[in-house]
Amino acid sequence: MKEGLALVQRLNAHPDSRCWFVSWSPTGTLLASCGGDKAIRIWGREGDSWICKSVLQDGHQRTVRKVAWSPCGNYLASASFDATTCIWKKKNDGFESLTVLEGHENEVKCVAWAPSGNLLATCSRDKSVWVWEVDEEDEYECVTVVNSHTQDVKHIVWHPTQELLASASYDNNVCIYKEEDDDWECRATLQGHTSTVWSLAFDANGQRLASCSDDRTVKIWKEFPSEGGQGDLSWKCVCTLSGYHGRTVYDVSWCRLTGALATACGDDAVRVFKEDETADPAQPVFSLSAQVKAHSQDVNCVAWNPKEAGLLAACSDDGEITIWRFQEED
Amino acid sequence: MEEKALEVYDVIRSIRDPEKPNTLEELDVVTEKCVEVRELGEDEYLIVIKFSPTVPHCSLATLIGLCLQVKLQRCLPFKHKLEIYISEGTHSTEEDINKQINDKERVAAAMENPNLREIVEQCVIEPDD
Repeated sequence: MKEGLALVQRLNAHPDSRCWFVSWSPTGTLLASCGGDKAIRIWGREGDSWICKSVLQDGHQRTVRKVAWSPCGNYLASASFDATTCIWKKKNDGFESLTVLEGHENEVKCVAWAPSGNLLATCSRDKSVWVWEVDEEDEYECVTVVNSHTQDVKHIVWHPTQELLASASYDNNVCIYKEEDDDWECRATLQGHTSTVWSLAFDANGQRLASCSDDRTVKIWKEFPSEGGQGDLSWKCVCTLSGYHGRTVYDVSWCRLTGALATACGDDAVRVFKEDETADPAQPVFSLSAQVKAHSQDVNCVAWNPKEAGLLAACSDDGEITIWRFQEED
Repeated sequence: MEEKALEVYDVIRSIRDPEKPNTLEELDVVTEKCVEVRELGEDEYLIVIKFSPTVPHCSLATLIGLCLQVKLQRCLPFKHKLEIYISEGTHSTEEDINKQINDKERVAAAMENPNLREIVEQCVIEPDD
């Protein structure tokens, strides 16, 4: 069988609007999407097709930019241009709004749950990153506000196993945060991109971080033992993928099952890169494995299914979601 | 390509300046020459516009950029990718303005701000004729 991306289904997810983000539930059986129509849609499989299971409307007054599932799969968090983050709880076949987190001065660009399920992080155009603590009574409290970026913070991701946070910004940098004496601090600033960094993804064990940018490249960063003792972390760029993307790279997703890297680009294409197994882990080599013109407009997001190897979701300014199967060579 | 450039220019020439009672064409903010069209692929074109704001006022320049983005997004009938820049040497914070105008997330959020939206709508509204 030839290596490549095969289309499984195309969904007109957010009609007359743009679809900004898609996120798989932890079991991989549901897909949440959100967009410029201010709504969140939950998609599930019925037989061989994906259908819309529920629509979460009236939670936000403006664009819903991103959605994130809690590690247990019972909660959904949504980040909106209306400056709030909404927490939804699963109820029967749908979701019900539990609480609204306020505090950011303007658009919330991203929300992410820590693997422990006890912490939530949000980031905004107000240049800050907020860390929130959740207690057993579903109460949310902001425990830290960090201002390490000098511009709009576009994305945040948690490390898969450690309590470590990474953020990407319009200021062209990536920041890494760790907790020290109950306070979250920026412990490393990753410089290298020459324009806005739009998204980030850790590999399966969190030893490497992928970043993608308006500079049309994807960079891979690796943590090295810090020179000069304890304290600061030392991350270096060990690989740059350039010359592949025709326009801004809006998203990158690193498959936890296969190690494949997928990208979403402003040239309407989805690309899959595979790592060369013979290369030195400190100097990884990635090659383009598949490329497809996935949509008729910019692709904003790409996400590997966490349980089903090779299943990939993407969404676009054209309002559609596409589901692909990445077939490896036999 | 020239035909396409003219099609683009026809859309932007009548955009009203946010402050003055004139169109961008009347104020020389945009000219036919400021539109460049390159072929990107099958039936898709890259449009590059370089405009010259009349005053070195930061917020006005980004506002004009926003108007250009919005009207072209709505009115261009053919498949395209768009890049909008301030023509070199016309502004001290050129790079900052160019970055903001070309960040589609920032453009989308700005258009959800009722005050900004109202101003832009007034600038891009087609003249009654």
